[in-house]
Amino acid sequence: MPPPRPQPAMTAAIPLAMAIALMAGSAQAGIGFLSPEGPVAALQREQFWRIIVITMIVVVPVLLGVPLLAWRYRHGNARARYAPHWDLSRPLEWVMWLVPAGIVVVLGTFLWQDTHKLDPYRPIAGPTPPLQVQVVGLDWKWLFLYPEQGIATVGELAFPQDRAVSLELTTDTVMQSFMIPQLVGQIYAMPGMRTKLNFAADQTGDFAGFNTQYNGKGFHEQRFAARAMEPAAFDAWVAEVKDQGVPLDAATYARLAGQSTPAEVRKGFGTAGMPEDVTYFSGIAPGLFDGVLGRYMSGRALADAAQPGAPDYHPQTSGE
Amino acid sequence: MTSQELWSLALGRLDVDALDFLKAFYAPSENDDILSGAAWVVILGAVTVVALLTIFRAWRPLFRDWLTSVDHKKIGVMYIVLAMVMLVRGVLEGVVMRAQQADGLTGGFLSANHFGQLFSTHGTIMVLFMAMPFLTGLINIVVPLQIGARDVSFPMLNSVSLGFTTAGAALIMISLVIGEFSTGGWTAYPPYTGRVFQPGVGPDYWLWAVILSGVGSTLTGINFVVTIYKERAPGMGFMQMPMFTWTALCTAIMMIFAMPAVTVSSAMLVLDRYLGFHFFTNDLGGNMMNYANIFWLFGHPEVYILVLPAFGVYSEVASTFSGKRLYGYGSLVAATMVIALLSFTVWLHHFFTMGQSADVNAAFGIATMLIGVPTGVKIYDWMATLFRGRIRFTVPVIYLLAFMMLFVLGGLTGILLANPAVDFQVHNTLFLVAHFHNMLIPGVLFGLFAGYTYWFPKIFGFRLNEVWGRIAAFNWIAGFMLAFFPLYVVGAMGMTRRTMAYAEPAFQIWFHIAGVGAALLTAGLASLCVQLWVSIRNREQTRDIGGDPWDGRTLEWATPSPVPEYNFAVIPRVHSREAFASAKAAGAGYPEPASYADIDLPGPTWTGLVMAIFGTTLGFGLIWYMWWLAALSFAVIAVTLIGRAIRGDRHPRVIPAAEVAAEHRAWLARIRALPAAPRTQERSPANRGMAAPEYRDLRP
Repeated sequence: MPPPRPQPAMTAAIPLAMAIALMAGSAQAGIGFLSPEGPVAALQREQFWRIIVITMIVVVPVLLGVPLLAWRYRHGNARARYAPHWDLSRPLEWVMWLVPAGIVVVLGTFLWQDTHKLDPYRPIAGPTPPLQVQVVGLDWKWLFLYPEQGIATVGELAFPQDRAVSLELTTDTVMQSFMIPQLVGQIYAMPGMRTKLNFAADQTGDFAGFNTQYNGKGFHEQRFAARAMEPAAFDAWVAEVKDQGVPLDAATYARLAGQSTPAEVRKGFGTAGMPEDVTYFSGIAPGLFDGVLGRYMSGRALADAAQPGAPDYHPQTSGE
Repeated sequence: MTSQELWSLALGRLDVDALDFLKAFYAPSENDDILSGAAWVVILGAVTVVALLTIFRAWRPLFRDWLTSVDHKKIGVMYIVLAMVMLVRGVLEGVVMRAQQADGLTGGFLSANHFGQLFSTHGTIMVLFMAMPFLTGLINIVVPLQIGARDVSFPMLNSVSLGFTTAGAALIMISLVIGEFSTGGWTAYPPYTGRVFQPGVGPDYWLWAVILSGVGSTLTGINFVVTIYKERAPGMGFMQMPMFTWTALCTAIMMIFAMPAVTVSSAMLVLDRYLGFHFFTNDLGGNMMNYANIFWLFGHPEVYILVLPAFGVYSEVASTFSGKRLYGYGSLVAATMVIALLSFTVWLHHFFTMGQSADVNAAFGIATMLIGVPTGVKIYDWMATLFRGRIRFTVPVIYLLAFMMLFVLGGLTGILLANPAVDFQVHNTLFLVAHFHNMLIPGVLFGLFAGYTYWFPKIFGFRLNEVWGRIAAFNWIAGFMLAFFPLYVVGAMGMTRRTMAYAEPAFQIWFHIAGVGAALLTAGLASLCVQLWVSIRNREQTRDIGGDPWDGRTLEWATPSPVPEYNFAVIPRVHSREAFASAKAAGAGYPEPASYADIDLPGPTWTGLVMAIFGTTLGFGLIWYMWWLAALSFAVIAVTLIGRAIRGDRHPRVIPAAEVAAEHRAWLARIRALPAAPRTQERSPANRGMAAPEYRDLRP
């Protein structure tokens, strides 16, 4: 039984349909880096489509050629030539090796430039210096520390839309990975280590952010809203956080650091005025971020009870 | 000594709470029903097998003919049986996860811990206990036949390799019944899998399963490198080896170099967990980045260990079923070697997002894209093999055609992931999951199915049912596309992997489509079972008497089916690359040798079986802190191996020349009486394994 007569348009339609699905899915929902809202994600999307288009030079011949060859040279098609001993063509060999190699040279050149351009450590240039935010990954929530403003939040990362944002990240538990797809790709956050991430938003809006590295049963709840605001609205927001914020001293942090989701943090620490699943802190213990970093680099062993995220974690031990 | 102390001395940390199969009774919930149900399936499956073996009085033949056998073909079959059992579990786990995510907007029906175990066992099983044993089985069956050898270089070691792999698989099955598995994924990144964060038995099950099977695979690698270097028939130079043997050689070399890396990273994690070392802990200078580094030094080559033998199968299938020489043999050999080499230079692309400099990321990104060049060349070589052929659309060819078209799409998304800046966006998302399933299902699994269908008659003496083979193939192909293409879409929308529930309503429709795909994949799995059943029942209609049902081109088809345990009555002399095809074309496909000689064969041994049983108890003892059991098992393993090394093979067998001659002459007489089947009747009962010349008239 030969296969049905191939419709080359049909097989070529598979990647086309996928591309349309990718664009439509993302655009219709308005999420993901294919609907970017910042310069970094926009460049990432541009690269994504550019690579796809260039790679089509080698993909399309296969998608069209395989069904055509299979149909044309089916057993029983007496009109097709049969060359059972033909097994090499030097010119064809050159084409087969050099065309993909040429594409890799082109893509490699782009790759080198784009990788440097989009190095997550490179600050985004702008009229005002970037807003500094320190991020501590905890089990099933991110803690955002604003050293300039003296505030902290869980469940919400607000920033003025006219300024870039410069993050420093670490965790006080296992490895995590921080991402806001519509603004910027991810970077790992690891205990005892500092990683960096820079991004900006083109306009105001709320964008989904989360952890992508599995870290236990609350993993899928480790979400937050990245909130790009008008400068004035941001100032008002800072004032509100300061006003409503719960003091984040060492003992409070020790309690916060244990396993809990943003909703549970809100329930355990929040007050009535705070938005759903969001908790505000003010009066941040000085050197909190560096303290978290340094804890694991002290050269001393840490008891299980002193490691947030461990089932045996105990806030009193950690707070010492 | 109190009774509690006695208890813990005997049973370590094992207690009644660890018995999963009882949970449905004392803590009934939907999740625990599934958990207990799975445990009961394992228990009942084991009981059924034992009962059947007893009813059919099969214990003695099982031990005599199979478990103690060192025949490479029987070891190969046992590897594939193991792979099939694990495939069933792996697919069903995948289906449960698809169902959970289809229902994920409202939270689904599984507990988070259970979901974590599912994705961890699914990945570990599919890579290390399905794909690895399956391809090792095919290599075992085919390579000695293709190179005209009597057996592998170290037949007893081969059985030991199988024993260790089986022990690893057994531990994973036991984890369903007693205790729980890791939730750290198949990569088991610390510190999450460290003692501090997962003090239970889960990561220990993972570690010992991986270490045991890793030892098995390393030994397999050594065995096949030596076999291919040393056991080739006279006249077969490296450039006369069949393509599948070439890919097996590259895979075996890679096993030797890659498997120790995972054994080391796992052993270091064992030291962390058991003896309080700090290789990968958060404190005291531990560094989890080193784990990722060492693990992927194994993990990336592993992908090519899996895919290269499948490429070998596709090469054989393309050439045989086009009735044509393999196009670009030299190119294919070069491409295979280049892939094997480059695969050791790209591991860092698994963690572009760890914060290293752009220079490092860019260098590894470009190295990764370079692998696309030899891979692309291979695809084009297979297309050129189809060109001007006479293609018969058998089941292996259907898999081949689907593979070529789907694999380039996976290659395309691979090029995307190779770009660090794009990878920052799709790493750890379902886009990545879709990508590697796109490589591993059409690339590896379809190749393994094609090889299974292609070589089945060689081992069992009858062909597999075509109709059910096609039904299975179409289900697998359509199921794959429906189950995994939607994951590209939700992945690009930012849906992370290993995520049991989500809040974004836009994801749901795509997960529903993927759920339909999962249903088709289940149908594909069921069709394979039906195919096997129907094929066995109707075997008289598909008997392969001549041994050459597909008009084969390489030496394995010059032997009777099923192949006698000594393979070749007389070791053939090879004159060309496609030894059997050229012999047939010259009218000398079935020469009667002038004389026969006695054949020496290695005797059966219990060594492999001892490794399987005591490897399992060793792992079990270590996992549950039953130190007496671990020490005892280790002692038995050590004494057995050392004893065997000192005593040597005490039961070598000699098959007298007269017996070989009688068997061989009888077969020659049978095939002379066979009507030669033209290729138009390849799939009909007229095909008795004797191929009519397809192109003698066309000979230049």
